Amino acid sequence: MRPFLDLFSLLSILKFLAAWMLLLSFALLAQRRLLSLIHLLAWQGITLALSTAMVAVLTGDRLLWVSATLTLSLKGLLIPFLLHRLLRRLQVRGDVEMSLNVASVQLLGIVLVIFAFALAAPLAGSLPAATHGMLGIALAAFLLAFLMMITRRKAISEVVGFLAMDNALFFGATSATLGMPLIVELGIALDALIAFLILGVFFFHIRESFESLDLHWLEHLRENQ
Amino acid sequence: MQTLQVLVALAIAPLFSAWLQMLRALLQNRRPAGLGQGYRDLRRLFHKEAFLPEDSSWLFRFSPYILFGTKVMASTLVPILAVDLPLAPAADVIALVGLLAVARIFQVLAAMDTGTPFASLGAHREMLVSALAEPALLSAFFIASLLAGSTSLSTIVLHAQEGLFSLHPSMVFAAAAFFLVLLVENSRIPVDNPATHLELTMIHEAMLLEYSGRHLALLEWGAQLKLLLYVTIGIALFFPWGIADQFAPMAILLAGLALLIKLFLAAPILALVETLLAKKRLFRVPEFAATAFLFGVIGLLTHFMLGS
Amino acid sequence: MALGAVALGPLASLGSLLPRLHPSWLRYTSLMTSTLMSLLWLLSGALGLILVAAPAPNLAVGGIPLWQFRLDPLSAFFLVVLGVVGTASSLHAVGYFRQLGRTGLRRVLIPLPLFLSAMALLLLADNAYTFLVAWEGMALSSSYLILAQTQTIQARHAAYLYLLVAHLGALCLLAAFALLCHGNPLAGNDFSALTHEVLAPGLAQAVLLLTLLGFGAKLGMAPLHVWLPEAHPAAPSPVSALMSAAMLPMALYGLLRIDWQILPPEGVSWGLVWLALGLLTAGFGVLFSTLQRDLKRLLAYSSMENMGLILVALGLARLFVAEGSPTLAALALSAGLFQTLNHALFKGLLFLGSGSVFHSTGTVDMGRLGALIRSMPQTTLLMLIGCLAIAGLPPLNGFASEWMLLQAFLLAPQMASGTLQAILPLTAAGVVLVLALASFAIIKAFGLSFLGQPRSIYTAHEAGLWERFAMAFLALGCIFLGLFPGLAIHAISAVNVLLLPGNSLGIQQPWRLTPISPERASYVPGWFLIGIAVAILLTFLLVWWRFGRPLRRVPVWSCGFRGARTARMQDSPAGFSQSLLRIFQPIHHGRIQPDTASKELRVELADPFWVGLYEPLQRLALALSRQALRLQHGKISSYLLYAFLTLVVLLVLVR
Repeated sequence: MRPFLDLFSLLSILKFLAAWMLLLSFALLAQRRLLSLIHLLAWQGITLALSTAMVAVLTGDRLLWVSATLTLSLKGLLIPFLLHRLLRRLQVRGDVEMSLNVASVQLLGIVLVIFAFALAAPLAGSLPAATHGMLGIALAAFLLAFLMMITRRKAISEVVGFLAMDNALFFGATSATLGMPLIVELGIALDALIAFLILGVFFFHIRESFESLDLHWLEHLRENQ
Repeated sequence: MQTLQVLVALAIAPLFSAWLQMLRALLQNRRPAGLGQGYRDLRRLFHKEAFLPEDSSWLFRFSPYILFGTKVMASTLVPILAVDLPLAPAADVIALVGLLAVARIFQVLAAMDTGTPFASLGAHREMLVSALAEPALLSAFFIASLLAGSTSLSTIVLHAQEGLFSLHPSMVFAAAAFFLVLLVENSRIPVDNPATHLELTMIHEAMLLEYSGRHLALLEWGAQLKLLLYVTIGIALFFPWGIADQFAPMAILLAGLALLIKLFLAAPILALVETLLAKKRLFRVPEFAATAFLFGVIGLLTHFMLGS
Repeated sequence: MALGAVALGPLASLGSLLPRLHPSWLRYTSLMTSTLMSLLWLLSGALGLILVAAPAPNLAVGGIPLWQFRLDPLSAFFLVVLGVVGTASSLHAVGYFRQLGRTGLRRVLIPLPLFLSAMALLLLADNAYTFLVAWEGMALSSSYLILAQTQTIQARHAAYLYLLVAHLGALCLLAAFALLCHGNPLAGNDFSALTHEVLAPGLAQAVLLLTLLGFGAKLGMAPLHVWLPEAHPAAPSPVSALMSAAMLPMALYGLLRIDWQILPPEGVSWGLVWLALGLLTAGFGVLFSTLQRDLKRLLAYSSMENMGLILVALGLARLFVAEGSPTLAALALSAGLFQTLNHALFKGLLFLGSGSVFHSTGTVDMGRLGALIRSMPQTTLLMLIGCLAIAGLPPLNGFASEWMLLQAFLLAPQMASGTLQAILPLTAAGVVLVLALASFAIIKAFGLSFLGQPRSIYTAHEAGLWERFAMAFLALGCIFLGLFPGLAIHAISAVNVLLLPGNSLGIQQPWRLTPISPERASYVPGWFLIGIAVAILLTFLLVWWRFGRPLRRVPVWSCGFRGARTARMQDSPAGFSQSLLRIFQPIHHGRIQPDTASKELRVELADPFWVGLYEPLQRLALALSRQALRLQHGKISSYLLYAFLTLVVLLVLVR
């Protein structure tokens, strides 16, 4: 048997988690059902927490353990649970409607991935060389989540896209730069939570006005209507 | 030597399928049929009389043998028990994919030979799905061979045993693509229901509708062998520890034990996937295969552009 | 020797003009002559690859060497291709044109030897003049051949379109040659002199562009491919085989001769252009071939796809040369040339087979064929070999060349720039997708025509002896090259040495392919075949011994739909590719429409290049000419004014 320990050098685990992150972002892009979207988001949160923990072990920074547990509880458990509850209360049904068909969206996704990878090297100038790839992956995940927000119609999927973007940013911040100040993290997490709460209130109002969460109804809110 | 590996593969294939069926039954609250069911089915089929449709030709009659022969040949190329295979210089991963393609094409041709509507439905669906799944499989193999520096399966597995193979980001995508292709090529849910009786939803089963007796037995055994081959290729690429380096008896025994353990653990994953997912509509299946292909492409891009 | 064979060509066609000859005598002598010519070319080509020959004597006219000839490894290789296809087509034609009368025969037999001679002359040409004369001769004779069998409106449109595109291409070539020999148009235009000249970079780029357009038009490169799907189905099948398997590679020969040997490849840009255009052509061709109903149209689009793949291989070789790895460039180049030879073999076989089908049933519409395996068993077996070869299945020859192309992608070195690094995996993925879709198309063609139940009532008889012999010749070639690919690679290495000085692949044994080293990649088709054969035989014997019992024939079960089942319940061509139609709808804008006349659903397809590029150009040309009509007043005074103005302008310029 080969020695197991040197297989699991921490940097390679981090790269593995980075690839998993990108895989999940691509799966989010290709997925149709709302429930699966929420599950994938939960998995993304767990991956994020694991990678933060790895970075904590790598750099020895105690505060990163706190942020890892925060991420796990918030992004891996609480927010998906809240979304699930929202889904049930709003009684949203059916597949997610896409403004473009799945094949074209996936092809656009590939183009964005190429773009992000090409940007990675020049963008990551002063960072340690081991993390160039991870910056590229984080950027690709961010762009894919953004694309997902653009090509969806139902409001819930847009929220999921927004949260995925947030996850990708977090991943880039922790893994590519190997740590960031806890204050900044707490600030960002608080922003995300507040935005989420506001959006939840917003959705109730939308549904009451239009009896549907389809965003194209928002187009009716124009001056010359 | 080589024949030992083939015989082991042939013997284990029905056992693995029966174990998979048992797990699915247990998860779905049905009574399982027992581990020997695969063998019992094959024995029953072999002893039954085989019929040929009136207008069919030699293609129909000899396809089961051709299919079985190619799958046996494929099992000599995959490192199931040992890496040091004598036939390794004859064929590499691309040739292995080509060999599986030969099997598939002869099955499709035999189905079209019968001239029935359901068989030709199954035939064109199979060609459509494989036209998208084969590139995905090839791109997954490409990623593995780029990392190992060779397209010979033995060298790839040797390389995988030595180090950080599975943790490369591109291998993650290769694994995802390979898993999806496994589901597609072996007609598992969510692509095709291996236990369905509705002809209009069949892909793989539709091509077997006219076969009976020993021909059907060969085809069923061949399908079980194909599933086993795919699972062992996945194990060899991503979890290769335990495969013997050369043909020493002790190493072979250890490798056999490791194989049994890995197969025992692999079946629950497959059974879970099959139970938790629903079969997709036919027009969504190409999307599924296309997603696998795109995973493969991203993996290739990750390798080429990020250098890992 | 090859030259003598060339001279036989015009003699044979002149001989066809003799009156009062019995048709079958005419047929035999003329076609046997062309067979003999092709065999001679095959032999001389093979010899030329093994021994490097000296330049042949020139034919001087009036002190200026007007006609110059040379046989070097590049010409020799393409002579082999021409010889193989020419032999098979001529033999097949003996049986195919059995029922034609004297006039019908003359229509074919006058242009056919001229066509063959023109192609051989093209390969042997050593100066621009000979090259262009041969090129024009090839285009003219083949356009006559297209109309040889049917003179319907469609066929005439096809021939017109073919001639138009061919002449546009020839114009581009003329311009390219004019730029190349800008110094000395009459004296210094032989190829060896041109190789030693150094051109200004701007001129070189212009020449590369013009030759790409000119040869691309003949190759069927998108967007200049519009003549291909019309011309190939209209021509009689031996001619289609010649056009697809021998004439298209002539364009490849031209590209290699001018854009590679005379202007040595440097810089990545043109390699990228070839790669991109090749992939576009291949993808477009394969997509349209899966949606066709007519067997010969399907094969025509499939030729387009194969030519695209070869162009991808050549572009890859150019890229590798620019990046400084000549060994890998040799690998890619060999892959492309090997694919050309294999394409000649299996595409020729498929076209000849479709000719036999047409001859015996009267149609190549797959929606009306079916179950030919019962009435034409030997033809079906030969066609099966061809179909398996083109689908890229081991151990036949199509797989060997595709294997080499994929190895070239996998062994690619680190590229200089990031964009190139991204292009390689995308192109590899595209090639793999094209290969998979190609097998879809060809299984559709074989399965719908030869298997199942007959979809309409026709009488079919087995193909004639000549036809079967010709097809068997090609099928044996497929199997032989499949089992001994090393022989072909060894022969191609002479071309590699010519084009990439000083580099060739490692010594190949005839029965295995190990391009770089055995540890990296190795493929031995012989063991493959033996292994599969042993496994199948063992299985059969064991099962027969243990469980064997005589087999009974019963009516087909068909899920119990016994009484109501008709042959029309099988897949139609539109039904077979319906899902592909839906998936790739945004690209081809095809639809399934009901056809009330024959009460079935058909695929309605329009070539997007035709609609998007050619029709607007056509409208523009018509609009411009309408504007030019304004100059035509009919008044004598305005015409005199035009002449006066021209005179004044010329006087000013001359000053």
